[in-house]
Amino acid sequence: MIEPQLGRIVGSWYAGAIGVANSKRLSGGASQETWSFDIMQPHGLVGAILRRSPKGYGAAPTRAAGLAAEAKLMQLAFEAGIPSPRVLYVLRPEDDLGTGFIMQRVEGETIARKILRDNEFAAARPHLARQIGGILAGLHRLPQDKLPKLRSRSATQEIAEFERDYRSLNWPKPVFELALRWLRDHDPGPSAEETLVHGDFRNGNLIIGADGVRAVLDWELAHLGDPMEDLGWVCVNSWRFGEIDKPVGGFGSREELFAGYEAAGRKVDPARVKFWEVMGTLRWGIMCGGMMQRFREGPDHSMERAMIGRRASETEIDLLRLLAPRGS
Amino acid sequence: MQDEPTPVELTQSVADFLRSDITPLISGHQAFKLRVAINILDLVTRQLTQEEGTDAKEVERLRALLGMDGSVTELNRALAERIAKGEADLATPGLSEHLWATTMDKLAVDQPNYASYKRELGRGG
Repeated sequence: MIEPQLGRIVGSWYAGAIGVANSKRLSGGASQETWSFDIMQPHGLVGAILRRSPKGYGAAPTRAAGLAAEAKLMQLAFEAGIPSPRVLYVLRPEDDLGTGFIMQRVEGETIARKILRDNEFAAARPHLARQIGGILAGLHRLPQDKLPKLRSRSATQEIAEFERDYRSLNWPKPVFELALRWLRDHDPGPSAEETLVHGDFRNGNLIIGADGVRAVLDWELAHLGDPMEDLGWVCVNSWRFGEIDKPVGGFGSREELFAGYEAAGRKVDPARVKFWEVMGTLRWGIMCGGMMQRFREGPDHSMERAMIGRRASETEIDLLRLLAPRGS
Repeated sequence: MQDEPTPVELTQSVADFLRSDITPLISGHQAFKLRVAINILDLVTRQLTQEEGTDAKEVERLRALLGMDGSVTELNRALAERIAKGEADLATPGLSEHLWATTMDKLAVDQPNYASYKRELGRGG
């Protein structure tokens, strides 16, 4: 268990802390863990979250920004007034807990289907698309000189990378080929401005309460690039969870998203947003293929992984709806 | 010729047992995994029921499109290559109709409740 180790160090970074309690593992694979626990102090309990890679799992996959960068980005977002947990502590080697960080626990819901269905969120839902626009504008405005070191990715590089990933699967899919061609033909070229891109901003990675978005999570795919990428990804049909006529996460319209973004003082390029939505749909499809491959060849022989492989076809129908729509 | 019950009937009987007899006994993460397991068996049942018919039609369409013969895998590989080389695209007669028909047949097995699929099914495709 992780509790004794956390208890040993908590006093060094949380003033007045006398120990920790109620630790439980929330999610993650072998290389990355998320734990919830409470910091005990004389006035009561403070909820906290630990995200860490255990020792021996330090090396991040190539696309990931790494946990240290994630901590830095969340703290910057918090300081800029973007809904984000406060980062409480970044792990040090002498803590003997691996690499990672500890943040404040934000109460609320992340399960997309509950947010779209439960009464508790009924009042918040109509406002979420616009609010998300404002949050993304704030995120894209974070000062570049304070950002951690991040990879930079243009549309052209992304197309090439996805094509390589797809070909390595040896999984001939005519619809994916069609999408790759469309992307090459519609490559908008380098963005006039390069900003921070969250990289996985979608329904499912947001903590939402009755009052709206409370925290933006999962910064591990953050990079520098075209800010319109985030606006396209949040519209990918797989993240609408059945509410297919509400492109922004199943919450609302593109117009509301764009209005929220522009009200916060930034410009939207709708053609680029559409490009990134197509790219995002293909990206999720190729990720499903990657799940299939890891299920077949890797150590994670789980049923869940196998079934995600069978979700590639959902991206094929969504790509056809985007690129070859029938009737109307 | 193998004896009966058929693979479809056998798979269905396991899915039904898990659904009615085991689901009420299990909670938490194991219940989630049980649901995934039942979904897998249902998917396999749909594939066993539908694959033969839809593959035959897919091969027929691919032969006409490509002017060549082969297995369903070989023909898909050939079509993928032609699209990659720019020798076939959405302007190619029959291509869009073929991709739609093939994709609808896949969703009917993989995710018959996927909202985009249900919408397109409502169009009469």
